[in-house]
Amino acid sequence: MPVILITDALIFLLIAVAIAFGLYAARHEHLRGPWRQVGRSPVGVAALVVIVFYVGIGLLDSLHFHPLIEPMAPADLTDQRTDQRTDQQAPTYSTQVISVLDRWLSGLRERQEKTFSAPFAIQLFVKEAIEQPDGSLIRGYPRLEYGGAHLADPAQRDLDILLRGLFGMVKGLIAWTAVMTILIALRAWHRQQSFNDSASRIWRGETKTPWRTVLITLALMLVLSFVAAELAAKYHILGTDKVGEDVFYQSLKSIRTGLVIGTLTTLVMLPAAVILGIMAGYFGGRTDDVIQYLYTTLSSIPGVLLIAAAILMLQVYMTNHADQFQSLVERADLRLLFLCIILGVTSWTGLCRLLRGESLKLREADYVQAARSLGVRHSTAIARHILPNVLHIVMITVVLDFSGLVLAEAVLSYVNIGVDPTMNSWGNMINSARLELARDPMVWWSLAAAFVFMFTLVLAANLLADVVRDAFDPRLRGAS
Amino acid sequence: MSAYILRRLLYALPILIGVNLITFVLFFVVNSPDDMARMQLGDKRVTQEAIDTWKAEHGYDKPLLYNAEAGGLGALTETIFFEKSLKLFAFDFGQSDSGRNIGYDIRQRMWPSLAIALPTLLVGLAIAISYALMILFFRATYIDFGSVVLLVAMMSISGLFYIIGGQFLIGKLFHLVPISGYDRGLEALKFLILPVVVGVVAGIGSSTRLYRTFFLEEINRDYVRTARAKGLRERAVLFRHVLRNALIPILTGVVAVLPLLFMGALIIESFFGVPGLGSYTIDAINRQDFSIVRAMVFLGSVLYIIGLIMTDISYTLVDPRVRLS
Repeated sequence: MPVILITDALIFLLIAVAIAFGLYAARHEHLRGPWRQVGRSPVGVAALVVIVFYVGIGLLDSLHFHPLIEPMAPADLTDQRTDQRTDQQAPTYSTQVISVLDRWLSGLRERQEKTFSAPFAIQLFVKEAIEQPDGSLIRGYPRLEYGGAHLADPAQRDLDILLRGLFGMVKGLIAWTAVMTILIALRAWHRQQSFNDSASRIWRGETKTPWRTVLITLALMLVLSFVAAELAAKYHILGTDKVGEDVFYQSLKSIRTGLVIGTLTTLVMLPAAVILGIMAGYFGGRTDDVIQYLYTTLSSIPGVLLIAAAILMLQVYMTNHADQFQSLVERADLRLLFLCIILGVTSWTGLCRLLRGESLKLREADYVQAARSLGVRHSTAIARHILPNVLHIVMITVVLDFSGLVLAEAVLSYVNIGVDPTMNSWGNMINSARLELARDPMVWWSLAAAFVFMFTLVLAANLLADVVRDAFDPRLRGAS
Repeated sequence: MSAYILRRLLYALPILIGVNLITFVLFFVVNSPDDMARMQLGDKRVTQEAIDTWKAEHGYDKPLLYNAEAGGLGALTETIFFEKSLKLFAFDFGQSDSGRNIGYDIRQRMWPSLAIALPTLLVGLAIAISYALMILFFRATYIDFGSVVLLVAMMSISGLFYIIGGQFLIGKLFHLVPISGYDRGLEALKFLILPVVVGVVAGIGSSTRLYRTFFLEEINRDYVRTARAKGLRERAVLFRHVLRNALIPILTGVVAVLPLLFMGALIIESFFGVPGLGSYTIDAINRQDFSIVRAMVFLGSVLYIIGLIMTDISYTLVDPRVRLS
């Protein structure tokens, strides 16, 4: 039974907006040109491929549902003949909410150990009293319940990892070859070239879109994910945390949180920033004063403190109205949305100021003056002449803000004013891992995992943002 | 000049009133003092008496905006709005929820904050400007490209990792300086090194990249071409012309954040155990001490606005083209 959380709905809305915008941009050269330039930059396409991987996982994690509870085994049912009929007619659903990604990774989710274990370990990280076959107790590292449990002899571990890794790599390469073949075939068909011709052009780097870079990045990502999948089936490739949960699973689940914060915040703030910014610049006078006052006031409050204040108040509200939330997931989801909104409130002022300045200039442009003197209404003039000419600013801001927001999530969660503590996020991972750093030997894998996953996403986003800004910023375009 | 400053200060007043109203709404209207008391007392089934005692102890037992029971002027002053919000304008921060004087705490704690933030800013500025100049000197070479990639990579690392990594490397691995803590007087120096180094490294990526764009903007200007046409050497062009003009946006940007240095660095201070305003804020957030958070919101806004005014003034000082209006 599908469940649509509020942030899910907003994600779908965001996708719809993105598609609509994509169609709009495709038909307007002043937006299409810069995007084409982005598509021709090797850095840009490589970053895009990485981001697509993240977005894919995030989307899978956004399709939530109540899982079907397996009907009880027939043996049990014979005792309860009366219940049997109702059981078969109406399928029962668990109250738990899980996502498609959870289902897909159900192995990872369910294979919980007792407590910490290092990456690829087959023994627990802490010593415990183990009962020997002869009944005596010794203190040692017990074998993990799942990690490497298929190994009879622990000494085989390295060879096993190597073989499985190689197997995963081969699988990844096969998948990559398939994707590559389709890509080249499509391109050849589109350009009406022969397959070989197309392939050799790509490999010599003669195509306008750097397909070679795309394919290399794709190979890297595919091989990595297949190797990880192959190994994760038998080991905890990034170790387990304090309660024995797989860190790799946590990292994957955190992707959605990061993406939601990075994108929904902008989506939430866009209407206010665009409408108010354009109004302030276009109408000027009293309207301008009021709007300027509004954003100066809001931006004068230090962002972290405003967020802290708002989140504290939300916590008070939630503890006092605990009965309004059906489940923990729903509650965490609402908090996530609220965090996006409050982050939006603190970050819309920059865009608003930019748009005001730009509309102030555009208002005096000849074509706007001409439209006005021909009797075009204000609303039409804004929609037809101002808005399309400030869209590039909106787009640059959206892309530029993304990485900052992902990083902000980590800091906020670290201060306990971020997402709900029950929600998987990189900030929460770092937060709980920092307490374990004092251990000797150190428990470093949660930190390392959060670092790698976050760094990859933010780096890709930053590189893409650079390319997008260069493509859209007319000043830079003239200079280069 | 003084008339201009006065007018700017007057203009700041409505903004502060706005900030005050926002915090008031956020802290007292969204959730009633009863809700807050229940949260603080921690139990769901607290009695009304316990709530009332808590409210009386912390001065939340008055009406929000208008006190009908008190006569005369008291109708307006014997209210939460007057006691808790308006008094902030006189920098009278009152008592924290745990009973300490907030104003005293702030005066005590702003010096350690400054002791970390100011060196971080200055050292960071020096390194970022020199690095950006170096990149400029080697522009359009592999050094330029590699540096930019390095800077973007540095920007992509969360500040948390710099802190944790710095503490691990310098403190634990090399045992160079104490991991955390603070001391009075000169003894504090050895505790300051680590936070300052971490703060500088964490900030270098974004600031150097920003300064690089400032420099690149200047180097395409006409006066640079003129300078080169006159036969000036590259070094003279860079230092005498480009650097001095690019310093205008850099310095005015620095002036804007100067007042905020008192607020300290939130995460760094709390991680390294420095008793500054940043860790004060973090502690208040974790203890859910609303009075302190409210005071810090107000203080932060005041400092921000002072920074804005100082930026405008500094523009007129360093750039003669800008006139006061």
